[in-house]
Amino acid sequence: MPIEVNGNTLETDEEGYLANINDWVPEVADVMSKEDDLALTDEHRDIINFLREYYEEYQIAPAVRVLTKAVGKKMGKDKGNSKYLYGLFPYGPAKQACRYAGLPKPTGCV
Amino acid sequence: MSILHTVNKSPFERNSLESCLKFANKDDPVLLFEDGVYAVLKGTSAEKQLEAALAEQSIYVLGPDLAARGFSEDRIIDGIEVVDYAGFVELAANNDKVQAWL
Amino acid sequence: MSETVKKFLYLNRKAPYGTIYAWESLEVVLIGAAFDQEVRLMFLDDGVYQLTTGQDTAGVGMKNFSPTYRTLGDYEVKNIYVDKDSLEARGLTQDDLVAIAWEDWETEEEIENIVEVVDAARVSELMEESDVIFSF
Repeated sequence: MPIEVNGNTLETDEEGYLANINDWVPEVADVMSKEDDLALTDEHRDIINFLREYYEEYQIAPAVRVLTKAVGKKMGKDKGNSKYLYGLFPYGPAKQACRYAGLPKPTGCV
Repeated sequence: MSILHTVNKSPFERNSLESCLKFANKDDPVLLFEDGVYAVLKGTSAEKQLEAALAEQSIYVLGPDLAARGFSEDRIIDGIEVVDYAGFVELAANNDKVQAWL
Repeated sequence: MSETVKKFLYLNRKAPYGTIYAWESLEVVLIGAAFDQEVRLMFLDDGVYQLTTGQDTAGVGMKNFSPTYRTLGDYEVKNIYVDKDSLEARGLTQDDLVAIAWEDWETEEEIENIVEVVDAARVSELMEESDVIFSF
Protein backbone atom coordinates (compact mmCIF):
# COMPACT_ATOMS: atom_id res chain seq x y z
CA MET A 1 0.00 0.00 0.00
CA PRO A 2 1.53 3.33 -1.02
CA ILE A 3 1.39 6.11 1.59
CA GLU A 4 0.76 9.83 1.15
CA VAL A 5 3.38 12.06 2.77
CA ASN A 6 3.60 15.82 2.18
CA GLY A 7 1.54 15.40 -0.96
CA ASN A 8 3.89 12.74 -2.37
CA THR A 9 2.94 9.11 -2.93
CA LEU A 10 5.59 6.76 -1.53
CA GLU A 11 5.76 3.08 -2.47
CA THR A 12 5.89 0.48 0.30
CA ASP A 13 6.30 -3.29 0.33
CA GLU A 14 3.56 -5.72 1.38
CA GLU A 15 4.49 -5.29 5.06
CA GLY A 16 4.41 -1.50 4.94
CA TYR A 17 8.16 -0.81 4.79
CA LEU A 18 9.25 1.96 2.42
CA ALA A 19 10.28 0.56 -0.93
CA ASN A 20 13.01 3.18 -1.29
CA ILE A 21 14.99 4.25 1.76
CA ASN A 22 15.82 7.58 0.11
CA ASP A 23 12.11 8.51 0.05
CA TRP A 24 12.19 9.01 3.82
CA VAL A 25 11.34 12.35 5.43
CA PRO A 26 10.51 12.81 9.15
CA GLU A 27 6.80 13.05 8.29
CA VAL A 28 6.87 9.40 7.15
CA ALA A 29 6.97 8.47 10.85
CA ASP A 30 3.98 10.73 11.55
CA VAL A 31 1.87 9.18 8.81
CA MET A 32 2.77 5.60 9.73
CA SER A 33 2.27 6.10 13.48
CA LYS A 34 -1.10 7.70 12.88
CA GLU A 35 -2.21 4.59 11.01
CA ASP A 36 -1.12 2.54 14.06
CA ASP A 37 -2.98 4.91 16.46
CA LEU A 38 0.29 5.73 18.17
CA ALA A 39 1.07 9.27 19.33
CA LEU A 40 4.64 10.00 18.30
CA THR A 41 6.80 11.73 20.95
CA ASP A 42 10.37 13.03 21.01
CA GLU A 43 11.36 9.75 22.69
CA HIS A 44 10.09 7.86 19.65
CA ARG A 45 11.91 10.22 17.31
CA ASP A 46 15.18 9.74 19.20
CA ILE A 47 15.03 6.01 18.51
CA ILE A 48 14.01 6.56 14.88
CA ASN A 49 16.92 8.94 14.34
CA PHE A 50 19.26 6.54 16.09
CA LEU A 51 18.20 3.76 13.70
CA ARG A 52 18.78 5.97 10.69
CA GLU A 53 22.29 6.81 11.90
CA TYR A 54 22.98 3.13 12.57
CA TYR A 55 21.88 2.24 9.06
CA GLU A 56 23.93 5.04 7.54
CA GLU A 57 27.03 3.72 9.23
CA TYR A 58 26.60 -0.06 8.90
CA GLN A 59 24.13 -0.50 6.03
CA ILE A 60 21.83 -2.76 8.03
CA ALA A 61 18.89 -2.41 10.37
CA PRO A 62 20.01 -3.95 13.68
CA ALA A 63 18.35 -6.96 15.28
CA VAL A 64 16.35 -6.09 18.39
CA ARG A 65 18.94 -7.13 20.93
CA VAL A 66 21.70 -5.31 19.10
CA LEU A 67 19.47 -2.23 18.98
CA THR A 68 18.82 -2.52 22.71
CA LYS A 69 22.51 -2.71 23.52
CA ALA A 70 23.47 0.06 21.12
CA VAL A 71 20.76 2.39 22.48
CA GLY A 72 21.98 1.67 26.00
CA LYS A 73 25.49 2.58 25.06
CA LYS A 74 24.52 5.80 23.30
CA MET A 75 21.55 7.01 25.38
CA GLY A 76 22.01 5.38 28.75
CA LYS A 77 20.97 2.16 30.46
CA ASP A 78 17.50 3.52 31.37
CA LYS A 79 16.68 3.50 27.63
CA GLY A 80 18.77 0.53 26.58
CA ASN A 81 16.35 -2.11 27.79
CA SER A 82 13.52 -3.94 26.12
CA LYS A 83 10.90 -2.66 28.58
CA TYR A 84 11.53 0.94 27.59
CA LEU A 85 11.74 0.18 23.86
CA TYR A 86 8.66 -2.06 23.79
CA GLY A 87 6.84 0.65 25.76
CA LEU A 88 7.52 3.04 22.92
CA PHE A 89 7.01 0.58 20.08
CA PRO A 90 4.52 -2.09 21.14
CA TYR A 91 4.74 -3.95 17.81
CA GLY A 92 8.43 -4.58 18.46
CA PRO A 93 11.12 -1.89 18.60
CA ALA A 94 13.19 -3.21 15.74
CA LYS A 95 10.35 -3.92 13.35
CA GLN A 96 8.06 -0.98 14.08
CA ALA A 97 10.74 1.66 14.61
CA CYS A 98 12.61 0.53 11.50
CA ARG A 99 9.42 0.90 9.50
CA TYR A 100 8.90 4.44 10.80
CA ALA A 101 12.57 5.18 10.03
CA GLY A 102 12.13 4.09 6.43
CA LEU A 103 14.59 1.20 6.81
CA PRO A 104 14.11 -2.32 5.51
CA LYS A 105 12.85 -4.97 7.91
CA PRO A 106 15.71 -5.94 10.24
CA THR A 107 17.72 -8.95 9.15
CA GLY A 108 16.68 -11.93 11.22
CA CYS A 109 13.23 -10.65 12.12
CA VAL A 110 10.44 -13.10 11.44
CA MET B 1 39.50 -10.17 -37.75
CA SER B 2 40.01 -9.02 -34.19
CA ILE B 3 38.46 -10.41 -31.03
CA LEU B 4 37.89 -8.69 -27.71
CA HIS B 5 38.49 -11.21 -24.94
CA THR B 6 36.76 -10.64 -21.61
CA VAL B 7 37.45 -12.37 -18.30
CA ASN B 8 35.10 -11.95 -15.31
CA LYS B 9 36.41 -14.66 -12.98
CA SER B 10 39.08 -14.43 -10.30
CA PRO B 11 42.41 -15.90 -11.46
CA PHE B 12 42.75 -17.53 -8.03
CA GLU B 13 39.54 -19.47 -8.38
CA ARG B 14 39.32 -20.51 -12.02
CA ASN B 15 41.56 -20.90 -15.04
CA SER B 16 39.53 -18.50 -17.25
CA LEU B 17 42.35 -15.95 -17.45
CA GLU B 18 44.97 -18.62 -18.06
CA SER B 19 43.00 -20.09 -20.96
CA CYS B 20 42.24 -16.65 -22.32
CA LEU B 21 45.92 -15.70 -22.42
CA LYS B 22 46.83 -19.06 -23.90
CA PHE B 23 44.41 -18.89 -26.81
CA ALA B 24 44.01 -15.18 -27.53
CA ASN B 25 45.95 -13.82 -30.51
CA LYS B 26 48.72 -11.47 -29.48
CA ASP B 27 47.18 -8.41 -31.14
CA ASP B 28 43.76 -8.98 -29.54
CA PRO B 29 42.79 -6.89 -26.51
CA VAL B 30 41.81 -8.43 -23.16
CA LEU B 31 39.35 -6.77 -20.77
CA LEU B 32 39.10 -7.81 -17.13
CA PHE B 33 35.91 -7.06 -15.21
CA GLU B 34 33.84 -8.22 -12.20
CA ASP B 35 35.96 -10.72 -10.21
CA GLY B 36 38.42 -10.76 -13.10
CA VAL B 37 39.81 -7.43 -11.88
CA TYR B 38 41.70 -9.11 -9.03
CA ALA B 39 44.25 -10.24 -11.63
CA VAL B 40 45.50 -6.70 -12.31
CA LEU B 41 46.71 -6.00 -8.76
CA LYS B 42 50.40 -5.72 -7.97
CA GLY B 43 52.11 -8.32 -5.83
CA THR B 44 49.81 -11.26 -6.45
CA SER B 45 50.68 -14.79 -7.55
CA ALA B 46 49.15 -13.94 -10.96
CA GLU B 47 51.36 -10.89 -11.52
CA LYS B 48 54.04 -12.64 -13.62
CA GLN B 49 51.43 -14.13 -15.92
CA LEU B 50 49.86 -10.71 -16.47
CA GLU B 51 53.19 -8.99 -17.05
CA ALA B 52 54.20 -11.57 -19.65
CA ALA B 53 50.92 -11.05 -21.50
CA LEU B 54 51.20 -7.30 -21.20
CA ALA B 55 54.49 -7.36 -23.11
CA GLU B 56 52.57 -8.57 -26.16
CA GLN B 57 49.00 -7.35 -25.98
CA SER B 58 46.72 -4.63 -24.58
CA ILE B 59 45.05 -5.32 -21.25
CA TYR B 60 42.19 -3.26 -19.88
CA VAL B 61 40.36 -3.29 -16.55
CA LEU B 62 36.89 -1.96 -15.76
CA GLY B 63 37.30 0.89 -13.23
CA PRO B 64 33.91 0.67 -11.45
CA ASP B 65 34.51 -3.02 -10.65
CA LEU B 66 37.93 -2.18 -9.23
CA ALA B 67 36.47 0.57 -7.02
CA ALA B 68 33.62 -1.68 -5.84
CA ARG B 69 36.23 -4.12 -4.54
CA GLY B 70 38.17 -1.45 -2.68
CA PHE B 71 41.19 -0.98 -4.95
CA SER B 72 42.49 2.30 -6.33
CA GLU B 73 44.34 2.63 -9.62
CA ASP B 74 47.72 2.93 -7.89
CA ARG B 75 47.42 -0.73 -6.84
CA ILE B 76 47.41 -2.05 -10.42
CA ILE B 77 50.27 -3.30 -12.58
CA ASP B 78 51.85 -0.59 -14.77
CA GLY B 79 50.69 -0.64 -18.37
CA ILE B 80 47.16 -1.84 -17.74
CA GLU B 81 44.59 0.68 -18.88
CA VAL B 82 41.52 1.51 -16.78
CA VAL B 83 38.29 1.99 -18.74
CA ASP B 84 34.73 2.92 -17.75
CA TYR B 85 31.51 1.41 -19.14
CA ALA B 86 31.70 3.62 -22.23
CA GLY B 87 35.25 2.35 -22.81
CA PHE B 88 33.99 -1.24 -22.52
CA VAL B 89 31.35 -0.56 -25.18
CA GLU B 90 33.92 1.12 -27.40
CA LEU B 91 36.26 -1.89 -27.15
CA ALA B 92 33.41 -4.22 -28.07
CA ALA B 93 32.45 -2.02 -31.02
CA ASN B 94 36.02 -1.69 -32.28
CA ASN B 95 36.53 -5.43 -32.53
CA ASP B 96 34.79 -7.89 -34.80
CA LYS B 97 33.80 -10.33 -32.09
CA VAL B 98 33.71 -10.75 -28.34
CA GLN B 99 34.83 -13.93 -26.62
CA ALA B 100 33.77 -14.11 -22.98
CA TRP B 101 35.93 -16.42 -20.82
CA LEU B 102 33.35 -17.24 -18.17
CA MET C 1 16.23 -25.55 25.75
CA SER C 2 19.61 -27.13 25.67
CA GLU C 3 22.34 -25.27 27.51
CA THR C 4 25.04 -26.72 25.29
CA VAL C 5 26.95 -24.03 23.47
CA LYS C 6 28.21 -25.25 20.15
CA LYS C 7 31.09 -23.85 18.16
CA PHE C 8 29.97 -22.64 14.75
CA LEU C 9 32.58 -21.91 12.10
CA TYR C 10 31.58 -19.95 9.01
CA LEU C 11 34.12 -20.68 6.27
CA ASN C 12 34.14 -17.97 3.58
CA ARG C 13 36.01 -18.62 0.34
CA LYS C 14 34.34 -16.35 -2.24
CA ALA C 15 34.97 -12.77 -3.31
CA PRO C 16 32.13 -10.28 -2.80
CA TYR C 17 29.85 -8.99 -5.61
CA GLY C 18 30.85 -11.48 -8.34
CA THR C 19 28.66 -14.12 -6.70
CA ILE C 20 26.05 -14.02 -3.94
CA TYR C 21 27.93 -16.28 -1.47
CA ALA C 22 29.58 -13.50 0.55
CA TRP C 23 26.35 -11.61 1.21
CA GLU C 24 24.42 -14.81 1.94
CA SER C 25 27.01 -15.87 4.48
CA LEU C 26 26.91 -12.49 6.21
CA GLU C 27 23.12 -12.63 6.41
CA VAL C 28 23.19 -16.11 7.93
CA VAL C 29 25.74 -14.96 10.49
CA LEU C 30 23.56 -12.00 11.46
CA ILE C 31 20.44 -14.14 11.73
CA GLY C 32 22.28 -16.94 13.52
CA ALA C 33 23.58 -14.51 16.15
CA ALA C 34 20.11 -14.60 17.74
CA PHE C 35 21.04 -18.07 19.01
CA ASP C 36 23.55 -18.30 21.82
CA GLN C 37 26.36 -20.15 20.14
CA GLU C 38 30.05 -19.49 19.88
CA VAL C 39 30.43 -18.05 16.40
CA ARG C 40 33.71 -17.82 14.52
CA LEU C 41 34.33 -16.56 11.02
CA MET C 42 37.14 -17.72 8.78
CA PHE C 43 38.15 -16.01 5.57
CA LEU C 44 40.40 -17.83 3.15
CA ASP C 45 41.11 -18.02 -0.60
CA ASP C 46 39.15 -15.26 -2.40
CA GLY C 47 37.05 -14.86 0.77
CA VAL C 48 39.74 -12.50 2.12
CA TYR C 49 38.56 -9.93 -0.44
CA GLN C 50 35.32 -9.55 1.53
CA LEU C 51 37.18 -7.62 4.23
CA THR C 52 39.07 -5.08 2.09
CA THR C 53 38.64 -1.43 3.08
CA GLY C 54 37.57 1.33 0.72
CA GLN C 55 34.94 -0.60 -1.23
CA ASP C 56 32.80 1.80 -3.26
CA THR C 57 30.01 0.21 -5.26
CA ALA C 58 28.40 3.44 -6.52
CA GLY C 59 29.67 2.73 -10.03
CA VAL C 60 28.32 -0.80 -10.29
CA GLY C 61 24.82 -0.26 -8.88
CA MET C 62 25.14 -2.88 -6.13
CA LYS C 63 24.70 -2.56 -2.37
CA ASN C 64 28.01 -2.03 -0.59
CA PHE C 65 27.77 -4.42 2.34
CA SER C 66 31.37 -4.03 3.51
CA PRO C 67 30.44 -1.59 6.35
CA THR C 68 28.20 -4.32 7.79
CA TYR C 69 31.21 -6.46 8.77
CA ARG C 70 32.03 -3.79 11.35
CA THR C 71 28.81 -4.64 13.26
CA LEU C 72 29.81 -8.24 13.78
CA GLY C 73 31.23 -7.40 17.19
CA ASP C 74 27.77 -6.12 18.19
CA TYR C 75 26.35 -9.44 17.02
CA GLU C 76 28.44 -11.39 19.55
CA VAL C 77 30.97 -12.61 17.02
CA LYS C 78 34.23 -12.56 18.92
CA ASN C 79 36.63 -14.38 16.63
CA ILE C 80 37.38 -13.55 13.01
CA TYR C 81 40.28 -15.28 11.29
CA VAL C 82 42.03 -14.59 7.99
CA ASP C 83 44.35 -17.07 6.33
CA LYS C 84 47.86 -15.65 5.94
CA ASP C 85 48.75 -17.58 2.76
CA SER C 86 45.58 -16.37 1.03
CA LEU C 87 46.49 -12.77 1.82
CA GLU C 88 50.06 -13.19 0.59
CA ALA C 89 49.04 -14.85 -2.69
CA ARG C 90 46.90 -11.77 -3.37
CA GLY C 91 49.49 -9.17 -2.45
CA LEU C 92 47.50 -8.10 0.61
CA THR C 93 48.38 -7.46 4.24
CA GLN C 94 46.27 -6.92 7.35
CA ASP C 95 46.50 -3.16 6.65
CA ASP C 96 44.23 -3.70 3.63
CA LEU C 97 41.51 -5.19 5.83
CA VAL C 98 38.77 -3.62 7.90
CA ALA C 99 39.21 -3.56 11.68
CA ILE C 100 36.29 -4.94 13.69
CA ALA C 101 35.92 -3.92 17.32
CA TRP C 102 34.32 -5.98 20.04
CA GLU C 103 33.03 -4.95 23.44
CA ASP C 104 31.49 -6.83 26.32
CA TRP C 105 28.51 -4.64 27.19
CA GLU C 106 28.38 -5.85 30.78
CA THR C 107 32.03 -5.60 31.77
CA GLU C 108 32.96 -2.97 29.15
CA GLU C 109 35.96 -5.09 28.24
CA GLU C 110 37.06 -3.96 24.79
CA ILE C 111 39.04 -5.51 21.97
CA GLU C 112 40.08 -3.00 19.32
CA ASN C 113 40.29 -5.48 16.47
CA ILE C 114 39.07 -9.06 16.49
CA VAL C 115 40.40 -9.80 12.99
CA GLU C 116 43.36 -12.14 13.37
CA VAL C 117 45.69 -13.36 10.63
CA VAL C 118 46.50 -17.04 11.16
CA ASP C 119 48.64 -19.70 9.47
CA ALA C 120 47.43 -22.83 7.70
CA ALA C 121 47.98 -25.09 10.71
CA ARG C 122 45.72 -22.87 12.81
CA VAL C 123 43.05 -22.90 10.07
CA SER C 124 43.02 -26.70 10.16
CA GLU C 125 42.93 -26.69 13.94
CA LEU C 126 39.96 -24.29 14.02
CA MET C 127 38.06 -26.49 11.58
CA GLU C 128 38.88 -29.54 13.66
CA GLU C 129 37.65 -28.04 16.94
CA SER C 130 34.37 -26.68 15.54
CA ASP C 131 31.13 -28.56 16.07
CA VAL C 132 29.55 -27.27 12.88
CA ILE C 133 31.09 -25.74 9.74
CA PHE C 134 29.01 -23.59 7.40
CA SER C 135 30.61 -23.34 3.97
CA PHE C 136 30.24 -20.38 1.67
